[in-house]
Amino acid sequence: MAAACLRLVWLAPLLLGLVDGGRAEPPRDALREELVITPLPSGDVAATFQFRTRWDSDLQREEGLSVLLKADRLFHTSYHSQAVHIRPVCRNARCTSISWELRQTLSVVYDAFVTGQGKKDWSLFRMFSRTLTEPCPLASESRVYVDVTSYNQDNETLEVHPTPTTTYQDVTLGTQKTYAVYDLLDTAVINNSRNLNLQFKWKSPPENEAPPVPFLHAQRYVSGYGLQNGELNTLLYNTHPYRAFPVLVLDTVPWYLRLYVHTLTITSKGKENKPSYVHYQPAQDRLQPHLLEMLIQLPANSATKVSIQFERALLKWTEYTPDPNHGFYVSPSVLSALVPSMVAAKPVDWEESPLFKSLYPVSDSSSYFVRLYTEPLLVNLPTPDFSMPYNVICLTCTVVAVCYGSFYNLLTRTFHIEEPSTGGLAKWLANLIRRARGVPPL
Amino acid sequence: MGLLSDPVRRRALARLVLRLNAPLCALSYAAGVAWFLALAFPPLTQRTYMSENAMGSTMVEEQFAGGERARGWARDFAAHRRKAGALPAAWLERAMRSVGLEVYTQSFSRKLPFPDEAHERYMVSGTNVYGILRAPRAASTESLVLTVPCGSDATNSQAVGLLLALAAHFRGQIYWAKDIIFLVTEQDLLGTEAWLEAYHDVNVTGMQSSPLQGRAGAIQAAVALELSTDVVTSLDVAVEGLNGQLPNLDLLNLFQTFCQKGGLLCTLQGKLQPQDWTSVDGPLQGLQTLLLMVLQQASGRPHGPHGLFLRYRVEALTIRGINSFRQYKYDLVAVGKALEGVFRKLNHLLERLHQSFFFYLLPALSRFVSIGLYMPAVGFLLLVLGLKALELWMQLHEAGVGPEEAGGGPESSPPLQPAQSVGLASLVAPLLISQAMGLALYILPVLGQHVATQHFPVAEAEAVVLTLLAIYAAGLALPHSTQRVVSARAPDRGWMALKLVAIIYLALQLACIALTNFSLGFLLAVTMVPAAALTKPYGPRCRLGYWPTVWCPWGCSSPGSEKLCLRPGLPMSSFLEGTALVHLLLAAVRAQPHRPQRASAGHWVRGLETTHTDLPWAQPHERHGGRQSAG
Repeated sequence: MAAACLRLVWLAPLLLGLVDGGRAEPPRDALREELVITPLPSGDVAATFQFRTRWDSDLQREEGLSVLLKADRLFHTSYHSQAVHIRPVCRNARCTSISWELRQTLSVVYDAFVTGQGKKDWSLFRMFSRTLTEPCPLASESRVYVDVTSYNQDNETLEVHPTPTTTYQDVTLGTQKTYAVYDLLDTAVINNSRNLNLQFKWKSPPENEAPPVPFLHAQRYVSGYGLQNGELNTLLYNTHPYRAFPVLVLDTVPWYLRLYVHTLTITSKGKENKPSYVHYQPAQDRLQPHLLEMLIQLPANSATKVSIQFERALLKWTEYTPDPNHGFYVSPSVLSALVPSMVAAKPVDWEESPLFKSLYPVSDSSSYFVRLYTEPLLVNLPTPDFSMPYNVICLTCTVVAVCYGSFYNLLTRTFHIEEPSTGGLAKWLANLIRRARGVPPL
Repeated sequence: MGLLSDPVRRRALARLVLRLNAPLCALSYAAGVAWFLALAFPPLTQRTYMSENAMGSTMVEEQFAGGERARGWARDFAAHRRKAGALPAAWLERAMRSVGLEVYTQSFSRKLPFPDEAHERYMVSGTNVYGILRAPRAASTESLVLTVPCGSDATNSQAVGLLLALAAHFRGQIYWAKDIIFLVTEQDLLGTEAWLEAYHDVNVTGMQSSPLQGRAGAIQAAVALELSTDVVTSLDVAVEGLNGQLPNLDLLNLFQTFCQKGGLLCTLQGKLQPQDWTSVDGPLQGLQTLLLMVLQQASGRPHGPHGLFLRYRVEALTIRGINSFRQYKYDLVAVGKALEGVFRKLNHLLERLHQSFFFYLLPALSRFVSIGLYMPAVGFLLLVLGLKALELWMQLHEAGVGPEEAGGGPESSPPLQPAQSVGLASLVAPLLISQAMGLALYILPVLGQHVATQHFPVAEAEAVVLTLLAIYAAGLALPHSTQRVVSARAPDRGWMALKLVAIIYLALQLACIALTNFSLGFLLAVTMVPAAALTKPYGPRCRLGYWPTVWCPWGCSSPGSEKLCLRPGLPMSSFLEGTALVHLLLAAVRAQPHRPQRASAGHWVRGLETTHTDLPWAQPHERHGGRQSAG
């Protein structure tokens, strides 16, 4: 927390300083905007907007690609994610002065099934209920990229309208991709029809087959029933046909699931898979969660199951959330892996290549980095019934406990009248003297 | 004060308890039965009400209109089903994928303990098909299930059609916050159980099944649908699950409110709902429904595929479409709208259903009896056992003589001699043996059937019955175990001590059963309590001897349900133990009047091993007889 505060303090003067600097020179690279549309294997369509600008540019725009950002459509989507990046960039080769670069990213996954009435076809109008009419006057670059990897001229299955004039070849996530490029600053693109409505049609409907899966994917679930024990399972799939690769699994499990670490089992293809590195930090009640980190080698074309048993702890009754019967969330496992590529990637020139390249970091040519988050889990803990009967039972038990002692006393205690024993030691001494004197004792 | 420790007051209390014991017992028993019969009448039945705030009103607009599509799918499904002879998994997969679901299949197989009636086979295998509708912008942590079980023939095809039509309709909506799983199972309950076990990654029944590829988090609620006609006249709701578990009452309330909203006719246990609760007719009709429910719940068998979900803490109920000869018929759209409303309301849930009752009895859909009101019925019955135990205890400690003198005057009885007390250790053996017998009744018939079929020319099902008979025949030897208890110096104290322990044990077990499964506990208490309370060595011999044979069929009913691989667990086994316990009690009692004859006939072997003073008939004249036979 302290570190974060310091960084903010450090950031503020720089931002102030740059406003001055921004006025001194006219913006050279005012705005680059980009829309990438990728049909997903599942039939949905992913659209990624990216706007890169100098900090001092006018951010309130109603033209260009941003006309497509219509709230009621954006929130009819299956998924969206928004990101803002700010970084310093050099203004000249010697880097004597810097500017701040602002990058805003919005990624949206459209449910093409619902908007396309059960077909996989899509168009800009169907997705956004708008079309592109003009480029942003401020933009120095305004482009739309469409993933048309499965499309080529002689292939009869797919039709893209308008026909792309230029294409861009690239390697993303280890596979070769072809993008059709529509440059909105190119007057021919919009002026022919006054607006640009990209359309994507399947001529013969694609087979209803299971969609292809990525090389690395994972699933997580809780098994068992009842409120005492359970098991956390993570399934890691490596669907690469011939390459094995290691994956780093990071699990943070709340303390109220008491992990039995000796039950940690990792099996691949029916055999035990020994992790090459395990780091375990046990939980402390109410202080810190379990931390389990493992480096596991995933054999080619395999499913690896990581399972660990746990016991559900009883919380103090003030520790329950207001909705205890909803369950308690267990955060997802984090998987980090260098997945081998099918096609070697070229080194990237960041300034010249399209903006979306920055979304896919490449470490070297033979593999690419993937970080996956599995689904979060919902675990029910033993929960008292926080309702009227519960309170009644608590109260009744208390009353019974309080009354039991007195009732028991009342029923079993008897009172006897006992002669008061007077004297004691004095009487004994007196009797001793009396005996010596020959007088009868008291 | 010292109400209990004051000898004078204590004696007076004891005298009161001993003198009034028989009328008190009879009164208590009658009160228990009367209370139970009164449960259907208005002061004891209450109106149902929705407790869960998230499902408070039925203000959702049902838009389902896919009746024609549902019928089309149902026809296709029936045709494919007849062609394939099994569940057309490939067709279902295609259909589910065409409405935009994420589709997975699961294959399973299970070896049955008995051959199937229809096909005479042991190995049953099948395929479950399920599609997941992923809620937009949700992390797949919670889900709802709509399941349709498919049997061996093409029944339930309309339910499959409706499921697909509902899936298609639901897929187009954007308001889902929980994933919805559309599940079609083969082989009825076997498929449902296989799927549930695979979903929760456990193996309870020895099912072999392929692991599930797709999951959708914790299942919050489930609805099972059984429809075999295009038009229905009424919907029957089933709630009783495995081991008498019941879903939360709110789920039933929810369904009922949507039935009312759509004007659908709903029945419970196949009975119409009485309208008039002010006269006697309504409650009497309710009583019939309630008795049917009690019988159904006491059997411990699930009354529909929903019953298997309850083990995994998933609230579930089964809805059956009935087509009888009534005038008003509803088509699939009306049923679909009700289901749509139910699912939209369940979708609103913030927590698992927990607000309303989990223990209840239903005289009608709109009326219920809560646990607080029905437990006194079984409480009164168990009070009989308590009173009897108290009487025995007082006779043992205060009277120290035979029960016929105990009523007369405890003052005249001699003080308790330490030598006369019965050691607890001698009671352990008969109790353990009766426990073991209960366990044997539960386990052996199914375990031993293979051995039986190998060595004897009998069928598997017959072997189970024969094993049961064999165990009961072996039960005749139980008097052996009770002989040690009855000591020579005080022949009555032995059986009294044994009966005391057995009665308390029985009462505890019945109370435990009644807590988890009221119906089973109550029915057992009604039948067992009089027998357990009345048995005495001096009672009419021949009538009591029949009791074990009366209970025999009860014991047999449990292995029958093994066929479904659904072993009713704790309640049934503890019930069997209870049966064996009473059996033991009776056997002990029967042994006593038989003493003179049996001593010479059957027990000479024991006489060889044990000293004669250990034997219960070791009174002078019988010891003589024992020696003769031993010699």
